[in-house]
Amino acid sequence: MTEKYEHIDESTLDGMRTLVTEEAVEGKTVLLNMGPQHPSTHGVLRLLLELDGEFVVNCIPDIGFLHTGVEKNMEAKTYTKAEVMTDRLDYLNTVGNNLVYCLAVEKLVDLDVPPRAQAIRVILTELQRIASHLVWLGTHALDLAAMSVFLYCFREREMILDILEMCGGQRMMTTYFRPGGLWRDVPVEFEDAVRHFIKIFPARIKEYEDLLTNNPLFIERTKHIGVLKPEDAIRWGVTGPPLRASGVKHDLRKVRPYSGYEQYDFEVATHTDGDTYARYLVRIEEMRQSLRIVEQALNKLPYGPVKSNNRKFVPPPRSEIGTSMEALIHHFKLWTEGFPAPKGSVYVAVESPRGELGVYLEGDGGPKPYRVHWRTPSFVNLQVLPLLAKGHLVADLIALIGTIDIVLGDVDR
Amino acid sequence: MSELVDKVVEALRSRFQAEVSTFRDETTLWLKAQQIVDACQFLRDDFQFDMLEDETAVDYWPQETPRFHVVYQLYSYPHNERISLRVPLDGNAPSIPSIVSIFPNANWHEREIWDLFGIRFENHPDLRRILMPHDWEGHPLRKDYPLGYEEVMFTFNFDEIDGRKPYAKRYPEG
Repeated sequence: MTEKYEHIDESTLDGMRTLVTEEAVEGKTVLLNMGPQHPSTHGVLRLLLELDGEFVVNCIPDIGFLHTGVEKNMEAKTYTKAEVMTDRLDYLNTVGNNLVYCLAVEKLVDLDVPPRAQAIRVILTELQRIASHLVWLGTHALDLAAMSVFLYCFREREMILDILEMCGGQRMMTTYFRPGGLWRDVPVEFEDAVRHFIKIFPARIKEYEDLLTNNPLFIERTKHIGVLKPEDAIRWGVTGPPLRASGVKHDLRKVRPYSGYEQYDFEVATHTDGDTYARYLVRIEEMRQSLRIVEQALNKLPYGPVKSNNRKFVPPPRSEIGTSMEALIHHFKLWTEGFPAPKGSVYVAVESPRGELGVYLEGDGGPKPYRVHWRTPSFVNLQVLPLLAKGHLVADLIALIGTIDIVLGDVDR
Repeated sequence: MSELVDKVVEALRSRFQAEVSTFRDETTLWLKAQQIVDACQFLRDDFQFDMLEDETAVDYWPQETPRFHVVYQLYSYPHNERISLRVPLDGNAPSIPSIVSIFPNANWHEREIWDLFGIRFENHPDLRRILMPHDWEGHPLRKDYPLGYEEVMFTFNFDEIDGRKPYAKRYPEG
């Protein structure tokens, strides 16, 4: 039954015998190792390709090169300290990872979040979505030999990272969202910086579109490549832009709103073709919609506190510690012992730039999470790569790895 | 609980004698290992729970019966409902039928659980390690597996530290 798979040594042909077809063993097809250091695999993804000439017969992804044991590490830290691990999962969507973790902790301990904190969370998550899509667009175009797009995309991404740095003090690993709200309020320059970005960005999207949307070379490389049927997408659990590009109108921000998304007016970008070009169009449209959300959230950004007032979970402000004994005790307890969470488990999912990012969090009554599991979109979406790649050229495989938009930190955790 | 979840709970109760628990508005149905394939098929075909969102496991060591829980999150696109299934497994050579035949994306989730927890999935098409190297010994997410650290060893205390050092290989399979 399963014993034969236990000790497969994939480094030898003998070990791979159970993975590839008979033709490969007989030498009729060629086995080619792609990665883990191949530049177009967006990290350290290894693909074992079985080729018939230039055509892909089978493609076997081999992951785990970036496995860092995030889940195990989080079990050894308190709920607050474990949050810094979440940034390191999907390093292009750091505040999104913080968001889902904070939402899970808040659900587990039943903690409220003030409206201002929720609105700022939405603004930053949507800006991060744009930044993530920009990295995707730049590298995807670079893989298809359109170099200049990459430079333009990173120009705008830098502006977003500057805004994150302004808020959290770090460009990428901000850990700015905390259970119960935010670390601190946004600085005064925040609004002007975001408004400036909202003003200039629509024209910049047009620049990218001028370079790619009607570019015959780009269309040649992406149209009818890797068509994913909607029923396959659902069966394989694919989420995010690949699902929407296949014609399934599903966005967790719309169907199961969190963090106040129900207040904002936006469209869910969809397409019916399900090919690489459709996924490109969906992501471009998503950037526009994210910008709309940012603008609305900024326009009605409420005033008020950015942290919950529940001192059993959220540390008191510095100013109180000098005058209030109780505040000092809370501060001391929260930073040494942490806060206890009840026995029970929650599953919370949000719409990350790559798809459904879920976290399963289980508490055991103590101050440390008993079990944290990350349902990462890259991990699940990568599973359809063999399905998409079959029958395509090796060169198209490069386009397909790009179009799924994997982040290996997210795949391997 | 919504109407659909009520119906699902009622159906699984009468058909599989499932137990029900609710925490923070999330409904969990407790099943036995041998029922999981039938239950998933039933939920997919009769209640349109057409997507496996997540599959994972939890280790309750040193408790032995049950030691592991395998947790499934199913999602229904037409109804926008989520339901969670939980299967307790005993500690000695845990195994559970695979649901790859019903949800193909369970493939990698189950490989990951095998890799990190050592729970065997019967009738799984390709049960190999996925994240750890293929020759790794032990299953890292088990609670009796050390998080890992290095004590500095000198000649005078080498044997002492070596004796209790939590090498991964000192923990046998099973």
